Amino acid sequence: MVEFEFTAEQRALREVARDVCTRWSPEAEVRRLMGTPEGFDRTVWRRLGADVGLLGLAVPEEHGGAGAGLVELALLAEETGRTLLGGPLLGTVALAVPALLAAGDDAVAAELLPGVLDGSTVLALAATDDRGTWAPAQPSVTTDGGTLTGGQAHVLDGAAADALLVLAAGEQGPALHLVDGGAPGLTREVQSGLDLTRRQARLRFDGVAARPVGSAGAAADAVATARRTAAVVLAAAAVGSAQRLLDSAVEHARTRLQFGRPIGSFQAIKHRCADMLVDVEHARSAAYHAAWAADEGTDDPALAADLATVVTTEAHLRVARGTVQVHGGTGFTWEHPTHLHYKRAVSDAALLGGRAAAAARLADAVLEPA
Amino acid sequence: MTTTAPTSHRELVAETARRVVAEHPPASTPRDEFLGACFDAGLAWVHFPHGSGGLGVEAGLQDLADSVLQGAGGPVPFAINPIGYGMAAPTVVEHARPEVAAELLRPLATCEELWCQLFSEPGAGSDLAGLATRAVLDGDTWVVEGQKVWTSLAHRARRALLLARTDPDVPKHRGLTYFVLDMTDPGVEVRPLRQMTGAAEFNEVHLDGARIPDSHRLGEVGQGWRVAMTTLMNERRAIGGGSSRRGSGSIGTALRLWRERPDLRTPTLRDRLTQLFAAADAARLTGERQRVESGDRPVGPEGSIPKLVGAELNQAVYDFCMDLLGVEATLYGSYDPPDGVDDATDETAGAGDVQRAFLRSRANTIEGGTSEVLRNILGERLLGLPGEPRTDTNRPWREVPRG
Ligand SMILES: Cc1cc2nc3c(=O)[nH]c(=O)nc-3n(C[C@H](O)[C@H](O)[C@H](O)COP(=O)(O)OP(=O)(O)OC[C@H]3O[C@@H](n4cnc5c(N)ncnc54)[C@H](O)[C@@H]3O)c2cc1C
Repeated sequence: MVEFEFTAEQRALREVARDVCTRWSPEAEVRRLMGTPEGFDRTVWRRLGADVGLLGLAVPEEHGGAGAGLVELALLAEETGRTLLGGPLLGTVALAVPALLAAGDDAVAAELLPGVLDGSTVLALAATDDRGTWAPAQPSVTTDGGTLTGGQAHVLDGAAADALLVLAAGEQGPALHLVDGGAPGLTREVQSGLDLTRRQARLRFDGVAARPVGSAGAAADAVATARRTAAVVLAAAAVGSAQRLLDSAVEHARTRLQFGRPIGSFQAIKHRCADMLVDVEHARSAAYHAAWAADEGTDDPALAADLATVVTTEAHLRVARGTVQVHGGTGFTWEHPTHLHYKRAVSDAALLGGRAAAAARLADAVLEPA
Repeated sequence: MTTTAPTSHRELVAETARRVVAEHPPASTPRDEFLGACFDAGLAWVHFPHGSGGLGVEAGLQDLADSVLQGAGGPVPFAINPIGYGMAAPTVVEHARPEVAAELLRPLATCEELWCQLFSEPGAGSDLAGLATRAVLDGDTWVVEGQKVWTSLAHRARRALLLARTDPDVPKHRGLTYFVLDMTDPGVEVRPLRQMTGAAEFNEVHLDGARIPDSHRLGEVGQGWRVAMTTLMNERRAIGGGSSRRGSGSIGTALRLWRERPDLRTPTLRDRLTQLFAAADAARLTGERQRVESGDRPVGPEGSIPKLVGAELNQAVYDFCMDLLGVEATLYGSYDPPDGVDDATDETAGAGDVQRAFLRSRANTIEGGTSEVLRNILGERLLGLPGEPRTDTNRPWREVPRG
């Protein structure tokens, strides 16, 4: 399989993803959902799962998935990023499912995955500490005889989750635990976010009943695998969002007249748009590469994921800032869609440990090779 | 503050300020009364003439007056009436008839009358001189039709600086006239516009038969562009002027955050903050040097340097703050104005909210002249480089494409 060359099936998948995202996530719907507690429409989510079959793209067939890979998931993510489609793609599909599969607990997987894949179950991975630190060495939730105590913050899709995989410290080290979303002793609060198209939650556990998932030794690896998958999904979503921004900036530069001519005829604007194009192209290459590296081993998947994070977060931010600027006053308004993508870019850069941590891992991998 | 002002002027300003504070203790004096006393004593704009809120001394001495007045707990009028203090007053004192200036300046100074600036329009932002709002003379009253946009504070302002087209058949810069508009006129309708921070600082203003007495025209008919230049240069100075104190403004916020949050520090961020500090201090020193070198000459195109730099530096500093905050940067206080008040400014809607200030800084490179336009000004007016070819300046305004 040649890297960057999509198969006919992959191209068809992209068309389907583009079509449903365009239809189900017009801007008015994005804005309506921003004001709702869960931030997404469960009916749409179930249709994406049960009717269109897009929620199990990267899940092996023996677990009921499509048996495709991250390339396919990235294509879906790109379209959700372009349209800011509401839903727990990050929390459930990109984080919790890979963690569950990597934890190697077939019984729990068999129990949970059917509902996750048909869109009826929202599953979250709660792998932060009480300040939101990603995958802390010392989890701030502890387990004691089958119950969990402690707190976590910045848990993606944590408030909407019907079930949660919780990283907790136990006697044999950190381990994953399954908790029911409605379990007594669990309190959840949506955190007031900069990016209104994503939801993060603060969780409090007061002796919450929990079931161990997989072996304690496997938890850290499972969380790391999940983060790598989610990094590729975030990178691909950033590509879709950045492309959308670039398109709108270029359209505005072509049609807005000042001084009797289109503003795109001024080199300051034309060059800025050209730089934004380069950013989008680089982001696309890095994101696709990370997906191919994960699926086909075209590169070290960990390195490729970190590279994708570093490249796409910066590109997305720069393109978003440029799009505001090209639009002038309009770009600063609430009514204009640019800020929705801008806030996405700002927020995404800080998730999953943040882009600085990705850069540090990348440095370790490439600066002083053995 | 460094200044070339003679010692006698310094003493006059300091002495006058101490007297005002002694006679009108800020703690027990109502705000408008205190500001009125400052105006009467000539401390509102020290470089204005006597009787117009000034003492006829060097503009650089304003800092000295303010430090005495505000040091004693007096209000910061620029924060209450920024367009009034920063832009309207200098324009009015230079271009209004004396009796009109006398009528307008004192209530402006006491902040009983807030001001706004009706310049930008949907079709005319950077190309301000292309604006389409029409003013037509009817007897000794002008009648205005058109729409303005991005008007900060219009919802609270009593008066507006208005630029309108009085002759569409001459090239665009020559067909403009400048007015002071009473915002309570029934022909004025203000509609709030929400910005990405959630607040609604600015507005659309619809002018539908608004009336202005000819006495409230500033400058001659057709000379509006020249008057507007006074406003714009003062705007850039007001926005970009910066403080003469090291580590004030947005860099001060970053430094404070750095000191309060040792848990967030990394060597990379430390280096970045150092670079930002150096850039901020170079900008501060350039402002100081400009003030000293220009003495009392009006600010020229070099006044665009602090505006350009200040805007981009603010953005870089808040970008830094967000990176420093890490995952906390993904949180936001509230996008809904507090207590249902929809005119909350970003200053009142959540003090100390770095994320809000960060979003607000996106506008800095747009408001008061975009960075692209300011770079053109520096390149063309300061460096003497040729402009881009123009097709819009010598034709009648009517014939220039707009949109
Ligand atoms: C928060 C805020 C408050 C404001 N308050 C006021 C106010 O109180 N009163 C008021 O009158 N106005 C106000 N403004 C309006 C402001 O002055 C305009 O937004 C600004 O002049 C830009 O105009 P525009 O938005 O129409 O953008 P445009 O002029 O359409 O510019 C779009 C893009 O084209 C670029 N461009 C345009 N011409 C050129 C050129 N010749 N060369 C290179 N690039 C060019 C611009 O730099 C920009 O990137 C405010 C704006 C903001 C954001």
